[in-house]
Amino acid sequence: MTSVSASKRPSPTLLISIAILSIFVLIGLVSLVALPQDPFDFITDEPFRPAAAGMWLGSDYLGRDVLSRLMDGTRITLFMALSATLLAHLIGDTLGLLAATRGGFVDTVLSRIVDVILALPKIIVGLVVVAALGSSIPVIIGIAAVVYSAGVFRIARALGNDLKEMEYIKLARSRGEGMGWILFGEMMPHVGKPLATDFAIRASFAILFMSSLSFVGLGVQPPMADWGGMARENLGGLSTNPLAAIGPAIAIALVSIALNLLVDSLDGDARH
Amino acid sequence: MANFIIWRLLATLLLLLIVSLLVFWACEILPGDVAQVALGQYATPENVRALRIEMGLNEPPVQRYLAWLAGAVQGDWGRSLVTKSSVSALLSERVANTALLAGVTTLIAVPLAIFLGVVMAMWNGRAVDRGASVVILALSATPEFLLATLLVLLFAVNLGWLPAVAYLSTGSGLGQTVRALLLPTASLVVVVTAQIARMTRAIIGNILTQPYIEMAMLKGVPDRRVVARHALRNAVGPIANVVALNTAYLVSGIVVVETIFAYPGLARLMIDSVQSRDLPVVQACAMIFCATYVLLILLADVLARVFDPRSLPQRPMDAI
Repeated sequence: MTSVSASKRPSPTLLISIAILSIFVLIGLVSLVALPQDPFDFITDEPFRPAAAGMWLGSDYLGRDVLSRLMDGTRITLFMALSATLLAHLIGDTLGLLAATRGGFVDTVLSRIVDVILALPKIIVGLVVVAALGSSIPVIIGIAAVVYSAGVFRIARALGNDLKEMEYIKLARSRGEGMGWILFGEMMPHVGKPLATDFAIRASFAILFMSSLSFVGLGVQPPMADWGGMARENLGGLSTNPLAAIGPAIAIALVSIALNLLVDSLDGDARH
Repeated sequence: MANFIIWRLLATLLLLLIVSLLVFWACEILPGDVAQVALGQYATPENVRALRIEMGLNEPPVQRYLAWLAGAVQGDWGRSLVTKSSVSALLSERVANTALLAGVTTLIAVPLAIFLGVVMAMWNGRAVDRGASVVILALSATPEFLLATLLVLLFAVNLGWLPAVAYLSTGSGLGQTVRALLLPTASLVVVVTAQIARMTRAIIGNILTQPYIEMAMLKGVPDRRVVARHALRNAVGPIANVVALNTAYLVSGIVVVETIFAYPGLARLMIDSVQSRDLPVVQACAMIFCATYVLLILLADVLARVFDPRSLPQRPMDAI
């Protein structure tokens, strides 16, 4: 009996991860309305000034307020991660379920394309595309979406393959329902949970991927900066204001760890 | 077995051919003209026309692709648009440096990770396992540049023991090379070890629930022997696969680590070339990274097959 009541209580890791994620989403939302300082304004002529009252994380390499830029970067980073993951799932889920249901030629072609994408190191694909198209936020989001949609496709296709033999899917097909209804009306409700779990883990991959691109200088371009870009541009100030470089890197780690813990505790709950 | 290897080899060659097409094509769709980009502010119409002829840009794309591919196979990647020197001359030293960094990292990280993974799996659910699992989960979700930056802050800035920049020149002695390599390698080892240990733990943990393991335990075989003699042998295939897959983490780790430490490797060269749009160099670097990665995966598939003939290559989802 005790185990039943215990399993109903959400695990502490679940609560912690949700708390961390909510705080960052909140910061991102607040940054839309108000920031302590203008993130692009040179408020001091002293680069890498250590943290002090009124400038809680010090100044960056151009004398801008690190806290304001970090909050502004929260918005950019989370927006990019969310839109890339959403796009990846939109592409991957639709095509994956379609490949499973249709089978045959469509399935073969899509699966082979996905094999090629998965067989290549993602960061190198990213670098080549940036070399070709240049670096801008839409390009980065697009690369991440396509590259990560391949993994999503695999999962959605596997889930779809389990489902397509179900009576209600066969029934829907023999009723003559359109493909759109079969995929989104009949199948989606049954694969929503595993795909949602995948969404969280995929978002953490996307954040790491895109901030790595920004960190090597090929992601978000100055004066805008996501967390990866901030970590790079302030690398020179480690001795006087290490927070300027390490703060944004810690923010990435926190969000990514929280997403991983979230998935872990959701998986754990599913097993009990 | 021979059939399997031949088929996989052919598939790999086909994949590399597709990759070469994609890489070539990606550099073709460049907005504007390669000659124009190469000339920058000197791009008068006459200059552009002359350079187009010199670079053979007036030939049809198919012909240029074939010429490029034929050269690449023989190790001739053309000329750099920026330095005008031959790309293969630029590559040679860089490839050796990156291979050194990757090799040392692999030699340290793989045994360490497998040991950690096995220990965690043996102590499944106990405090050590749970503690280590959380730490490893956190490390594997942490961006490489946070780890590397923290190491620099501690050992180079605060303690002043090691250089923050990894100077590596052909004349430098062993001691200097080791000092230069320490921090970059340490950062990479942490990242790669966390990934492999996490997956090794899952693989061994999975095998330990199998009936034949239970049988061995029930007949009184000590735990250590169960793992060493029964479980590990069946785990070689999947672990080989995980190790190969982790080259993906290694590649993205190397890209970041070479940036932080200004390490004169292939990744640094590729990033610089992307920035200056030196396309022949980008093409060469991309092909070398992809080919190495694809060949390692092939090797892992073959290993998995040798150790477990029943197995079809089964890959954990996919990596960063």
